[in-house]
Amino acid sequence: MKPLPHALAATPSLDRWIRLTGEGGVIAFTGKVDIGQGILTALGTIVAEELDVARRRVRVVSAHTGHTPNEGVTAGSMSIETSGAALRQASAWARRLLLQRAAARLALAADNLTVADGEIRGEGVNEPLTYWDLADQPFDFEICDRTPEKAPSTYRLVGRDGQRRTDILAKASDPAFVHDSDAELHARVVRPPSLRHRLTELDVDVAAPGRLVVDGSFVAVAHPVEFEAARLARRVAGRARWHGIGSPPRGFDIDESRRETAEAFPLRNGVPSPVPRRRIATTHRAAYSRPFLMHASLAPSAAVAVWHDGALAIECSSQGIEPLRHVIARVLGIDADAIEIRHVSGAGCYGHNGADDAALDAALVARELPGHRVLMKWSREDEHGFEPLGPAMHVEMGASVDAKGGIGAWTHDVYGFTHVTRPSPRAPGVDLLAARFLAEPFEPTPARPALGPEVGIHRNAAPIYSFPDQEVTKHFVPDAPVRTSALRGLGAQGNVFAIESFMDELAQAAGVDPADFRRRHLQRDVRALAVLEAVLDSCGGLAGNRGLGLARYKNRQCCAAVVAEVSVDQETARIRVPRLWIAADAGRVIDPDGLTNQLEGGAVQALSWCLKESVSFDAEGAVTSRDWSSYPILRFNEVPRVETVLLDHPELDPLGAGEATVGPTSGALANAVFAATGIRVRDLPMTPERLREAAAR
Amino acid sequence: MTAFRLNGDAAQFDDGDRDTPLLYVLRSPAVGDMTAKLGCAREECGACRVLVDSEPAYACTLPAGAVEGRHVETAAGLDTPVRRALVESNATQCGYCLPGIVVAAQALFRTNPKPSRAEIADALDRQLCRCGSHPRVLGALLDLGGE
Ligand code: FES
Ligand code: FES
Repeated sequence: MKPLPHALAATPSLDRWIRLTGEGGVIAFTGKVDIGQGILTALGTIVAEELDVARRRVRVVSAHTGHTPNEGVTAGSMSIETSGAALRQASAWARRLLLQRAAARLALAADNLTVADGEIRGEGVNEPLTYWDLADQPFDFEICDRTPEKAPSTYRLVGRDGQRRTDILAKASDPAFVHDSDAELHARVVRPPSLRHRLTELDVDVAAPGRLVVDGSFVAVAHPVEFEAARLARRVAGRARWHGIGSPPRGFDIDESRRETAEAFPLRNGVPSPVPRRRIATTHRAAYSRPFLMHASLAPSAAVAVWHDGALAIECSSQGIEPLRHVIARVLGIDADAIEIRHVSGAGCYGHNGADDAALDAALVARELPGHRVLMKWSREDEHGFEPLGPAMHVEMGASVDAKGGIGAWTHDVYGFTHVTRPSPRAPGVDLLAARFLAEPFEPTPARPALGPEVGIHRNAAPIYSFPDQEVTKHFVPDAPVRTSALRGLGAQGNVFAIESFMDELAQAAGVDPADFRRRHLQRDVRALAVLEAVLDSCGGLAGNRGLGLARYKNRQCCAAVVAEVSVDQETARIRVPRLWIAADAGRVIDPDGLTNQLEGGAVQALSWCLKESVSFDAEGAVTSRDWSSYPILRFNEVPRVETVLLDHPELDPLGAGEATVGPTSGALANAVFAATGIRVRDLPMTPERLREAAAR
Repeated sequence: MTAFRLNGDAAQFDDGDRDTPLLYVLRSPAVGDMTAKLGCAREECGACRVLVDSEPAYACTLPAGAVEGRHVETAAGLDTPVRRALVESNATQCGYCLPGIVVAAQALFRTNPKPSRAEIADALDRQLCRCGSHPRVLGALLDLGGE
């Protein structure tokens, strides 16, 4: 039998996961958070399915310290696999215990009872019992082994079309985001020009009811009226003088000197290892790159904090409230148990953006203004200017093609900065923005290479294909010129973009059809072959201006194949993508519509990165793309028509998919541009200038 | 006090706020409609859009005084086929862009009840969405016009 889901083993009390309410409802608790991926809806469906109750009866309560199970960080497309598995098993236990209680009351064997929408029936039972008739005692029960779960073949909710997200109407018509919280004081931070600037002088008077909070170089204002808070921040900013400390970064590129001094970790069984890199002779070589990218959430980061009698209550949209609580406690010098954090929706964040930083900002202001509910909001300029960036990457590929046109040897060298700086109680430093500016500062954690399987720089560096000989190496560049952290897919986007582009280049050199060339190297990977065939069937083939991309996220999660069709304007060199096809295998499908939404969202975001996005800086290291004109993203009249095919495997566990399409889409796009123009663009983004440069080479 | 109509009802705000951007006034406790969002405060993202006498406007820059005597509609008041189509087809992800999209789409459908895909995309082109919900927003609105 499978072991208990990890989260359930860590929090075995059934009451911490499932409770019945007096009014015929069920409350399910999860430590995971909804970031626009619809996870709470999907988890509620899993619970309703396993308990045999109507979907509308289930309400899901998300991440709240002290109230929900500690499930760490919502990241890596893992929630359906971890929290989903825990809630499914907890629900199966709840159902079993309720049936035992019913059996005792009815003097029947539990095996002879059936349940429909919480109504329990059995032979000779005229008045059915309901779960809620049996809810007088809580589930005082510790789960220590598995109980059988429903067979997927009997599912009536999971996997069905027509499921509806439970949160959307409120988002269209009610206060629903942390930004919409009521507040006694509205707060704004007055930021320095860059991370390496500190306050020299601040000569300003702030009259009540405005407030000024200064702690070292952390400067913030608060006012009961929101617009006045924004105005006050501008006025104080105009009076602050700053000076630079340390030396400005030496450039932003992963140039030759950075590559030469990088630490190399060849992958052994998928894990970066401190062993010498094997040199393999290759006949074909190419280098690919992506620039620094932004999360660029549609909402600037925000958080609420209230300081009361030495205790702090925070509401924020952090993806990891439990680690965040410990890190904020360290900065404030208080006990972590004095801090309560509740997750409230923010805009989609796609990784580690400013949400955690805003929580500390709010806490710092609330501590100075005790007893007031403080709502801290960032400005758009500061969101673009100070969020942790998705790191730039540089990937060098090599291969030799054997006499039969197949790949004999393969090398993949990926160079880059860390993708992993989420605030963590285990980190030596404090990775929250404001901490370094305080009078008694906390420095960020020095960058370290992440050496687990499929993390950071080397996520999806190992190819999905099998080759007779291969050497894949992670090269960690320690001196990131800016603050970087996790952005949707982490290294998978840059690595798969390089792998899938290079596969097409090799297919072309071998004179083989790109789809055939991939089939040949997929060997017996039937699930990968199936998504490949499915996407080709769906689009009708690779003819014309079409390109293909394929990967299995983290080489163990959702497998996705993408075909992009492009048209390139001869005059302007602008690339348009009229159509896109996706085929994906995410194991058992919980909600086909929700899964499709995630796959398509990832694909559209990847097109935006690849076609338009690149963060720019000044020599001091300050971000200069501080608005949507200097950092444009894909718009409504630029998105393709998308057709998505799901390969459902009800017999298998479900796999997260929010990050599965970013790599394949990037590769498909580059290959389609080549098919349309004969121009190979290896450096992102594929702007008209880049296309012209590549054509001139 | 400056009077205007909000989603069909009488509403008002202090004359001292006539120069304040409408968005802050709508979201203030005195008015209390939180549906229009702040995304950029510079007419670049569309999250703040509202209808003023059926015309889409950027509430982040429009001085509140400009709506005196006029009818302001936010997504909260637009319980319309457009909003229902978007909500019922799960045509969003995080939903932060959704109120602005409801408003811009409503403006289009009032003048053009059967828009083409290109017309919808053009009407929504000032609305940014970072989650990549575009394909299904377009799909939901196209279906609505086709029925
Ligand atoms: S907030 Fe008004 S357009 Fe962005
Ligand atoms: S759904 Fe998140 S910004 Fe559009």
